[in-house]
Amino acid sequence: MTVLQLVDTYWLYFLVGQYPNGPLGGLVLTLLLAALALALALPFGLLLGIARVSPYRAVRWPVSALVFVVRGTPLLMVVFWAYFFLPTVTGKKTDQFSTMLIALVVFDGAYLAEIVRAGIFGLGRGQMEAARSIGFSYAQAMRRVILPQALRHMLPSLVNQFVSTIKETSLGYIIGLTEVSFVASQINVQVFTMPAQVYAVLALTYFILCFGLSRFAFWLEARGRRRAAPGRAAARGIPT
Amino acid sequence: MIRFENVQKWYGAYHALVDIDETVAKGEVVVVCGPSGSGKSTLIRTLNRLEPIQGGRILIDGHDVHGRNVKLNGLRAQIGFVFQQFNLFPHLTALQNCTLAPVELGRSKPAEAREQALALLDRVGLAAKANAYPAELSGGQQQRVAIARALAQAPRLMLFDEPTSALDPEMVGEVLLVMRDLARDGMTMMCVTHEMGFARDVADRVLFMDAGRVLERATPAEFFGRAQHPRAKQFLSDIRTPFVNVAAA
Repeated sequence: MTVLQLVDTYWLYFLVGQYPNGPLGGLVLTLLLAALALALALPFGLLLGIARVSPYRAVRWPVSALVFVVRGTPLLMVVFWAYFFLPTVTGKKTDQFSTMLIALVVFDGAYLAEIVRAGIFGLGRGQMEAARSIGFSYAQAMRRVILPQALRHMLPSLVNQFVSTIKETSLGYIIGLTEVSFVASQINVQVFTMPAQVYAVLALTYFILCFGLSRFAFWLEARGRRRAAPGRAAARGIPT
Repeated sequence: MIRFENVQKWYGAYHALVDIDETVAKGEVVVVCGPSGSGKSTLIRTLNRLEPIQGGRILIDGHDVHGRNVKLNGLRAQIGFVFQQFNLFPHLTALQNCTLAPVELGRSKPAEAREQALALLDRVGLAAKANAYPAELSGGQQQRVAIARALAQAPRLMLFDEPTSALDPEMVGEVLLVMRDLARDGMTMMCVTHEMGFARDVADRVLFMDAGRVLERATPAEFFGRAQHPRAKQFLSDIRTPFVNVAAA
């Protein structure tokens, strides 16, 4: 069996799992999980990050505690918690997809919170003071002055975290979620003679996803820079 | 217009402002000078409550700035503050820097705010730079935009915290000129500055501070002519003939 035959035989299974004769799986499930995790973790992380720099201790401390706990824990353990511990609280079994989603949102939310916090602190207090001095409330200053700048500065770190999220979906394998790594290992078992080739295809798939996202962010960043400060270097230091 | 009543400020154990009792009348231009660390920046930062105080009262038009019931945002909106480091919003153009507060705070409609902002930028000589971002402007231009931004609040009072200290020497003049015109138009101003020429020509009164106390309060002519306090004399001598004193020491 050649690699071409391998791909020809299993591409559909790799792509969507047993769907439509069974549950959706494979690469599409990985993409779905990653996209949902990113979409939910970003606003969650933003909220946590803003709470982390809050002037109110009652807001700041519990969130800081959460962030420290999550950062001090491997993702795998967060997954186990969500899978085994959550049902004892809610009373019913969480399916694998929701388990992974919850674990990823909580885990990445905590990391994103630290990125947001760093982005806000990185601005220095002059911007906040200027915004307050023109009569803005704390919330107005955050929304109109601090966050627009902080988010732009954070972009590289955010993308870094998003790339991690894509790769972290592979941990779904552990709880039997039929995402692309799980499917690849199934294929490997069935083919039996070509583990290197099967896992090479898997590696290439992850690489394309992550590399693509990085390049997209790079493009976004360059576009933002042009818009924010056209000819920045050329204009600096020209006296009136 | 402004009354400091026995104002006290501590940074931990350090007594940063000691027994400040001052009055500034409407339309008056007061220059605050003194060696670094004397508390002059702290003093004007307490006026819009960028710094809290631990004792006494500060009244602006009868409003207790550090009181419990003061509408702080509304009060700050009526006080223009110009920073040493400009603190323009770098993600907004010069024009947007000036229209942000009036529009966001609902004082003007966007078109109205834009017109006023353009007029103010024209007043500080930067109408042509309305669509430039701060990074595209020189330090002097940025500080003039910052003044226009403060004026866009239609302030009753303007505060300047060492507005020319971060500028290259050749850009100091353009900023001082804008401030002088503002003073001539009758704006009430408090300026922390080391520009003694500005103090001499524009100020109605000079306050000299050292170690958190106001040691001299005098007209510029009195202050530069016959300062009473030894610290003030020393200060004036230091800034007039810096080389001589360093060499002598």
